[in-house]
Amino acid sequence: MSEVIVSMKGIQKKFPGVHALDNAEIELKRGEVHGLIGENGAGKSTLMKVLAGIYGKDDGTVLIKGREVEYKTPIDALEDGVCMIHQELNLLPHLTVADNIYIGREPKRGLVLDKKKLLEDTKNLLQSLNLDLDPTITVNKLSVARQQMVEIAKALTYHSDVLIMDEPTAALTASEIKELFKFIGDLKNKGVAIVYISHRLEELKQITDEVTVMRDGQYVDTVVTADTELSQIISMMVGRTIYEKPKAKSSVPEGSPTVLKVENLSSRDVHNVSFELKKGEILGLAGLMGAGRTETARLIFGADPKESGEIFVGGEEAKIKSPIDAVNRGIGYLSEDRKAFGLAVGLSVADNAVMASLEDFVKAGIVREDKIAESAKEVALKIDIKTPSLKQKVRNLSGGNQQKVVIAKWLIRNCDILIFDEPTRGIDVGAKSEIYKLMNQLVKEGKSIIMISSELPELLRMSDRVIVMNEGYKTGEVNIEDATQENIMEYATAKVN
Amino acid sequence: MGEIERTTIPDETIDKGRRFDLQRLLTMASLVILIVFFMTYGHFARGLNLPSFSVNVLESAYYIGFLAIGVTFIIITGGIDLSMGTVMMCGALVGGAAFNLWGFPMWLSLVLIIVITTLFGLLNGFLVAKLKLPPFIATLGTMMIAQGLGATLAKVQTQRFPTMADDGGWFKQVFLRTAGGFPVGIFWLAGFFLLALFLLNKTKFGKYTFAIGSNMEAARLSGINTQKWLTLIYTASGIFYGFAGILYAATFTTVLPMGGSGLELQGIAAVVIGGTSLVGGVGSLSGTMIGVFIMATLKVGLMAVGIPQQLQTLLIGVVVVLAVLLDIYRQNAAARVK
Repeated sequence: MSEVIVSMKGIQKKFPGVHALDNAEIELKRGEVHGLIGENGAGKSTLMKVLAGIYGKDDGTVLIKGREVEYKTPIDALEDGVCMIHQELNLLPHLTVADNIYIGREPKRGLVLDKKKLLEDTKNLLQSLNLDLDPTITVNKLSVARQQMVEIAKALTYHSDVLIMDEPTAALTASEIKELFKFIGDLKNKGVAIVYISHRLEELKQITDEVTVMRDGQYVDTVVTADTELSQIISMMVGRTIYEKPKAKSSVPEGSPTVLKVENLSSRDVHNVSFELKKGEILGLAGLMGAGRTETARLIFGADPKESGEIFVGGEEAKIKSPIDAVNRGIGYLSEDRKAFGLAVGLSVADNAVMASLEDFVKAGIVREDKIAESAKEVALKIDIKTPSLKQKVRNLSGGNQQKVVIAKWLIRNCDILIFDEPTRGIDVGAKSEIYKLMNQLVKEGKSIIMISSELPELLRMSDRVIVMNEGYKTGEVNIEDATQENIMEYATAKVN
Repeated sequence: MGEIERTTIPDETIDKGRRFDLQRLLTMASLVILIVFFMTYGHFARGLNLPSFSVNVLESAYYIGFLAIGVTFIIITGGIDLSMGTVMMCGALVGGAAFNLWGFPMWLSLVLIIVITTLFGLLNGFLVAKLKLPPFIATLGTMMIAQGLGATLAKVQTQRFPTMADDGGWFKQVFLRTAGGFPVGIFWLAGFFLLALFLLNKTKFGKYTFAIGSNMEAARLSGINTQKWLTLIYTASGIFYGFAGILYAATFTTVLPMGGSGLELQGIAAVVIGGTSLVGGVGSLSGTMIGVFIMATLKVGLMAVGIPQQLQTLLIGVVVVLAVLLDIYRQNAAARVK
């Protein structure tokens, strides 16, 4: 049994409104690759950020090499040999490999930079890591995988023996992944402990020795990878007790017409996605982070240009080149980031509510504020927007009510096809169930909804049918009668290509 | 359902939002400063009579006013226009050249002024909305283009507009002062101010100006043709600069080639003093008008008390910096409330 190098126990961390870590734990041994897996929001990154000194913890103990530590900054952690490699790399693209590795600690002779020593040190370092890299090349000329290796090499100059990698393969091609894995293998042999956070189960199977599963901020279990089936890991990831009953069967009336048909939709991040949406249906769109769900929604809405594929609205082909076309076809999009893409928070509730339909309120060139107020009031009452006045700035409303203002915008525009992208993100439980109620009411009135959500219980409760995506591909489709958290998660982690 | 009831917005947030109306407060404060200045001006400038001082203030408010009204729309969209001073001058120069060198009748020369400035507005709009240049850079470019073009077309000669008595001098009576000496320009400024007020507050054009400034991407994703509207906004501002050019020519009679730079900062300062934020999304034309009169009073007042030209420039520069600092302070305060 090799030496335990990191031991975290009973970690608690609360953010405003979220209990991010609740009794989380993990144990790392020297010379192992340790997978860390869980759904979106399970607390993997948060736990590792606590370890790397990026977040403070509210409670719990962290032992590094047997000594209890309390890091205040990432520098403290770095000095103890704990280093986190983020998804977004921290390199200066226009500097050379050598400059990047030794930045801030360049060897000097007096006041002058000792370029010779810098190059030599870098060469020695790269050689010791079996890395075939030119120290004088600027980093922006390297592939992403190579840039990652530079970042890792930089970490190792701090004598790091705990290396945390957050989704390191997200941006890599197959051959680059191979290269990275070989490199990770070398590091492992040097006695470095590596935490490998990933959604890709296949990779975990391939590279890790042990896997720790987290769910809803809690520790579930740690298993030896070689002795465990992927399906077991999946059921650990989703195996929560469901408080809300999933929908028993589809509530779409039989023979309901297709209102939206998407065929072979493709862009940089979306590949050949096809599906249909029926009138009165809530179609769930499941997948893990980076699965291409939001990208698909934005393509349908014309927010981003598509490379190929057709969209049919009400049976007839809709050439959607911009949101203007989509809105004119009756498609409304509720973004996952309502403050960036959905609302003008500095403007009033009424102004936001009519933003997509201002033309309808203009008579003889004059905007009829009285008609706007009338219309906004009607919708606000219908969907129960809680605001002291329609003149209130949206900024001052609660998250749930802000979300309703976006919904009001599309209702006033009379949109029949609504794309709800994470509609309950960042709003409290009470407001959530109000949004659910509202969605059910809308489909009863004959509107159709595509619902993107990372919360499986929510999808199972709301959807009539679920399609699942992974890495830009549609990997599965299940009717609600057959849908379980397990089979959706299997599709969501399914190997593509 | 008891759960849901509690999701109403806590009252404190609303109160804070309401209480926070620094913009109105500042506008009022500026107005008070302006009034105090007028009431005590005799203190500083002995021997000047109030009517002639007021007329002087008015006459320098005309062109700054038109510039500031035009650029208020642009600043509300979150943009900026550095070209307005030289664009106005370019218009006036070309108008003068048309009248003096090319033998255009006066009315056509005046129309030409507006055509030129409107085209520059369109160019700015095209650069910013279609080609997605940052407004600062785009209008910095057109600022120099306008300066060079105006000087070239006017053959680098000072263009002298006719005086009241000259042939074509009627335009001064129409735009500046009647034969009896009544400052008729105030009607033009007031008229266009009301027109702009209507545009900004009662039309789709104005609503979209605010929407674009508050969140351009949200506006685009609401199906608003943001490119088209942004282009229109810059173009409309160009029309206002045209009238600024006419009023400038009427007020000062001579228009120098290569002039006009520096005026954009006075215009922008007037807008910012009036409470329109450089970040966009917030703004008022009434505030802009108050800012305009503060700037005009300052200019004329400093001149009247005999402060030398170079110190006037210095002091106006200080006011510009203070105005922008004030805007930054306002934004920070707003962010805290958010």
